Amino acid sequence: MKNPDYLSHPFEPTKDELPPELKYHFALDRRKFLKLTGGGLVVAFVVQDMFSFAGETSSTGSSPDPVSGVGAWIRIGEDGKVTVYTGKVEVGQNIRTSLSQIVAEELMVPVSSVTMIMGDTDLVPYDAGTFGSRTTPQMGTQLRKAAATAREALVEMAAKNWNTPATGLKAENGMILNDAANKKIGYGELTKGQQLLMPISDKVRVIAAKDWKVAGKTVPKIDERTFITGKHVYVSDMKLPGMLYGKVLRAPSYGAKLLEADITKASHIPGVIVVKDGDFIGVAAPDIKTAGKALQAIDAKWDESKGQPSRENIFDWFVKNASGAGGGRNPGNTKGDTERGLSEAEFKHSKTYNIHYIAHVPLEPRAAVAEWTDGKLTVWTGTQRPFGVQEELAAVFKLNKEKVRVLMPDTGSGYGGKHSGEAAIEAARLAQEAKKPVKIVWSREEEFTWAYFRPGGVIEVSAGVNKDGAITAWKFINYNSGGAGLDTQYKVSNQQIAHIPSNTPLRQGSYRGLAATANVFARESHMTDLARLIKMDQLAFRLKNLEDDRFIAVLQTAAKAFGWNGSKTPGHGYGIAGGFEKGGYVGCCAEVMINSDKEVKVVRITQAFDCGAIVNPHHLENQAMGSIIQGLGGALFEAVDFANGKILNSGLSAYRVPRFSDIPKIEIVLIDRKDMPSAGAGEACIVGIAPAIRNAIVDATGIPLNNLPMLPNGVLG
Amino acid sequence: MVLLVNGVKHEVTVDPDVELLTVLRDYIGLTGSKYGCGEGACGACTVLINGKPTRSCITPVNSVAGKEVTTIEGLEINGKLHAVQEAFLTTDGFQCSYCASGMILSAVALLKNNPSPSEDAIVKAMDGNICRCGTYPYIVKAIQLASKS
Ligand code: FES
Ligand code: FES
Repeated sequence: MKNPDYLSHPFEPTKDELPPELKYHFALDRRKFLKLTGGGLVVAFVVQDMFSFAGETSSTGSSPDPVSGVGAWIRIGEDGKVTVYTGKVEVGQNIRTSLSQIVAEELMVPVSSVTMIMGDTDLVPYDAGTFGSRTTPQMGTQLRKAAATAREALVEMAAKNWNTPATGLKAENGMILNDAANKKIGYGELTKGQQLLMPISDKVRVIAAKDWKVAGKTVPKIDERTFITGKHVYVSDMKLPGMLYGKVLRAPSYGAKLLEADITKASHIPGVIVVKDGDFIGVAAPDIKTAGKALQAIDAKWDESKGQPSRENIFDWFVKNASGAGGGRNPGNTKGDTERGLSEAEFKHSKTYNIHYIAHVPLEPRAAVAEWTDGKLTVWTGTQRPFGVQEELAAVFKLNKEKVRVLMPDTGSGYGGKHSGEAAIEAARLAQEAKKPVKIVWSREEEFTWAYFRPGGVIEVSAGVNKDGAITAWKFINYNSGGAGLDTQYKVSNQQIAHIPSNTPLRQGSYRGLAATANVFARESHMTDLARLIKMDQLAFRLKNLEDDRFIAVLQTAAKAFGWNGSKTPGHGYGIAGGFEKGGYVGCCAEVMINSDKEVKVVRITQAFDCGAIVNPHHLENQAMGSIIQGLGGALFEAVDFANGKILNSGLSAYRVPRFSDIPKIEIVLIDRKDMPSAGAGEACIVGIAPAIRNAIVDATGIPLNNLPMLPNGVLG
Repeated sequence: MVLLVNGVKHEVTVDPDVELLTVLRDYIGLTGSKYGCGEGACGACTVLINGKPTRSCITPVNSVAGKEVTTIEGLEINGKLHAVQEAFLTTDGFQCSYCASGMILSAVALLKNNPSPSEDAIVKAMDGNICRCGTYPYIVKAIQLASKS
């Protein structure tokens, strides 16, 4: 077996880059869907005309636009219970709850009567994956319309039933009511014996956010009790009858080639299965200890690749190995004459910002359980892209996709770090040989070494500014760290903005907010430096150069709640930063304190967040909080250390993540824009924290910190 | 070897140096205690040994023979949640919840020793437990709530 190309999904697709293969899934989805309609249901489905073509093998259906291409369906059972099928998955962002709320709202049923079937490729329609903060704006919108379509259909059915015009009828608490005639009928009763396939209507009337009764409110996490009693079964907790425990032999460093391996000793251990297939060597045993012993008994020789860059010289490496102008998925943009803008500016400021690689560290490492039955492969795995993993498995094992079922039980987090199916492939390969189910749970060290990282990068920024605060030129070149958040929202007359890919020595990929964490850091740091150069207040300088009302509002809201104009204690500094990411606007203020030993302490953070109409205020605040705290790690101390193709801090005792004692006082102000569509919440809030802290440090000390992380040892200088 | 877990005796046949976490999860089927690091650095595997919070991933199973082991599964009694679990349920602060059982057991131990801890005391006692989803402020809130009940 060849190791699959793990880098096939290096960056999150942007809005315009939804996977083009969507239409190939229609025939498959249609079959799945028809399996569901076993009597007594109303089903509303999402993609227009999805089932309208004659032959099942046809793949030439009307090509939906990316938004309506998101599929989900809803079934109303004879018992009146509502089941929603979606390819989105739950990794702790509490979308199981918020999507249920949205459906409950439109169908006028209690949240408790909605069940979500998520991320099971045999049951749910195709979905590209849970990333890019698209669940709420896209899946949420689709489900809202689907549920509203179903509601209208139920009203129509009742009207027919009673032979009365639909106008006098209304839906309430799982029933259709005819108040005038004092009649009511339950959804289940209406749909009994019916088989209805309904295309979702784009014209359907959804309930306006201002009239929401269930959505827009705090509803507790669904199934929370199973989580706090230890009963929820994560993939790493699963045990199937006869299941073996698997382990994989890892190379000593990246790029090492297997020269030879003697597996005789290992294969003689009772109960042990050893698979050697190309570069892949793995073992499976009745218990994990035996699997470990078997792995140790393998004598492997490797040819290690020399001369790989290390953390010390990585930034030079990025620049030297940069290739192609304006590559990547977000090529950036140029307008006016930047060089002239620079030379004519009253003040000029150039800086290079260096960004280290960081790790996602999902607390549950990658895990998978695989089982083969009659040539069909079933894999349970924690992934943000069940259909992506299904495709990986189908390719590796040369199977038709219909022969691969991937299930994704609610998982121990991802943060953009679980888009790939490594553990799934490994478990499947071992299970194939063992003819028994096999479970693989990566060790923390494996997760640190063989998953992927948020890219490191170098960002060069040169800007020109006039005394009055006008930005005359903005040159922003990002090497390697990615295109998300590359563009500036500030008014500039001449600009040159580009992302240039480089040759990364570490496997890199998606992350919360992805490159925006780096790009916003560089941009907002530079903005504060420009303000200082012309002796203008950091906030005033930003406001002077902004046009977007929502951006202005988050900065002003954060500043007001923070007390931006209040008096400062000596040794303390204030910083501000703003960002616009994935449809969400964020304004962040930070206060830091520096003591005589030059230790920096983040005293407090105030963050304002606008992501449109709020679906679940408590869970939204929680997502914002999580982003801020995760951002704190990347801002202050998280960095992957590496040399010669080896990760040097591949454990939680060596790679520091934020803990209780790192958390400052955090205040989150949510701006509920009921007039705006809801945007995703899992990412935007991470981008403002690092620059806000950095700007507070420069405010207090005059020392500009230009690298992420800023304070690996907690002290300045 | 006989283990006493949540008041129930379990006979297990296993090497004496196998970690308690593995025995609980793979042999006894109590998977509420989680693996997060295997080196005592994250607290996901926390259980109580004679009431003391202990990282089961670095505890050899033979060292707990004859002692009382409490896991997350042992907190709920006859369908009634432990007061600390109730407080976490009310606070609804977890995201992926993978850290939950370690957090809750560490909190149970803290409150037993110090029924009304200051915020500083909470932070100090809980600092060995990682929540990568960053729900720390809600966890502090839940512990404060539990300490009032
Ligand atoms: S798994 Fe035991 S402390 Fe992390
Ligand atoms: S809630 Fe995910 S690790 Fe704590």
